[in-house]
Amino acid sequence: MALDLDVVRNIAHLARLELTPEEEQLYLAQLEHILGYFSRLDEVDTTGVEPATDLCVKGTEFRDDVVTNSPSVEDWLANAPSRRERFFRVPKIIE
Amino acid sequence: MSELVWLSLAEAAERLERREFSSVELTEAVLRHIEATEPKLHCFLTYTPELALADARAADERRSRGETGPLLGIPLAIKDVILVRGVRTTAGSKILENFIAPYDATVIRRLREAGAVFLGKLNCDEFAMGSSTENSAFGPTRNPWNLDRVPGGSSGGSAAAVAAGQCFASLGTDTGGSIRQPAACCGIVGVKPTYGRVSRYGLIAYASSFDQIGPMTRTVRDSALLLEAIAGHDAHDATSSAEPVRPYAWELDQPLAGLRLALPRECFGEGLQNEVRTAVERVVAWFQDQGASVHEISLPHSRYAIPTYYLVATAEASSNLARYDGVRYGLRVGEEHGLLTMYGRTRARGFGAEVKRRIMLGTYALSAGYYDAYYLKGLKLRTLVRRDFEAAFTDADIVVTPTAPTTAFRLGERTADPLQMYLSDIFTISANLAGLPALSLPCGFDDQGLPIGIQLIGRPFEEDRILAAAHAYEQAHDWARQHPNL
Repeated sequence: MALDLDVVRNIAHLARLELTPEEEQLYLAQLEHILGYFSRLDEVDTTGVEPATDLCVKGTEFRDDVVTNSPSVEDWLANAPSRRERFFRVPKIIE
Repeated sequence: MSELVWLSLAEAAERLERREFSSVELTEAVLRHIEATEPKLHCFLTYTPELALADARAADERRSRGETGPLLGIPLAIKDVILVRGVRTTAGSKILENFIAPYDATVIRRLREAGAVFLGKLNCDEFAMGSSTENSAFGPTRNPWNLDRVPGGSSGGSAAAVAAGQCFASLGTDTGGSIRQPAACCGIVGVKPTYGRVSRYGLIAYASSFDQIGPMTRTVRDSALLLEAIAGHDAHDATSSAEPVRPYAWELDQPLAGLRLALPRECFGEGLQNEVRTAVERVVAWFQDQGASVHEISLPHSRYAIPTYYLVATAEASSNLARYDGVRYGLRVGEEHGLLTMYGRTRARGFGAEVKRRIMLGTYALSAGYYDAYYLKGLKLRTLVRRDFEAAFTDADIVVTPTAPTTAFRLGERTADPLQMYLSDIFTISANLAGLPALSLPCGFDDQGLPIGIQLIGRPFEEDRILAAAHAYEQAHDWARQHPNL
């Protein structure tokens, strides 16, 4: 499970982070250092231990699915980096 | 009127109630104090004096119509990861540098209903990731007790502003210690409520199974008042609990006789600053003198808390932060090169080094081939950490630890080594892994004059018990009356 530059590049691609070659080297070294410390988890046999997937003491509350007033379309679009009429504008993705 | 800024929130509320001064007068005194001290500290990312005075006038008007309440007309400030409608909210990040919040977070809505006055938005580590506030894209905040030291983090602006008298209370958020560790560094009270106690609607998400909003104040009573105002179920946050909210401030006077304290031996080992150890031991001895019992326990999985937290929390962060893609809000870079380049370049330019590092770590922990070894392993360890606490609480009411292994460190001291920075949270992280309520309480100073904090951890939804114990200690000591010279 050793980390190398290809793995770092693949993670960066999955995370949609454009890294410079310097950053790739830096994160490779830092992640190796951090994961080295984390390897102490291997000391613990977790066979049969349930993963903690729910922190809510009494479970999640349900509510009726009813329409409520959220901020207006105009409020949401006010932060858009680029817009046209009532839409977010993005680069063309299908030629 | 400058002495007004050092009143506790509860004292200020009483004197407003007696009409000794108006909220406008109180707010003006606070604004003058902010303007005098802020150049040294840099607590605020967005400062809104005009909005504050408008809130103050509205509060005075409500009072003149007969309304009362402990927060009516009280100036507060808010960590910049919580949305305040119409005000810029940056999360300490370039990627949200110009983002205007389109709605109020539930905690803000509740504070508005209670008549609070909002002074502005406080500095923090970018997306609440960090332990020193040095990861803010807008420059660090300085510790009011010593300007060469960090205020802790990630809620460093919130802690420093309260310690410096710039507001009567602030809201912080705590994912791995981000309320308690800066509270300890700045000599104030900070409370991380039980997971589910306070709604996160309108909080910019970092790690959703950990994040909690909580009060940061100069006294325990003030935290109790603020928690009471913000806690409770919210239909907008499905993880918020329907457990009834207790009248925390009314329940502060509880007897200490019979209280059972547990000290985890893992928290008193190597790496603990001597003065911190001595201060914490003195607090424990004081509780014993009051009739509390004290016994040593073991939390055998605490040595795994840091890696467990950093695997699970960064995995959640990598998913939560996927939304910053330059499409709907925030920075957009490189759209002329197509959508994929736009995503990658926007995120490369918008996020700082620590945020990228955590996204990388979390993406790795979740990625095909590594999921079982890292993310799933982390979730299983989280179960074991929770079980350690369940066992401890069968014959203890409160688990006591130092809040942090050292007092506030120097600016720049830990920035070169991310792992060293992560270890600042070694005592606070377990309460987040287990979802437990925990607070940090001032309990002395080291020989450099830097504040020391002690942490009290309670059972789920027993905020009342840790607040009452903290209040009793605070009443018998004068730490809450000491303020930094600015």
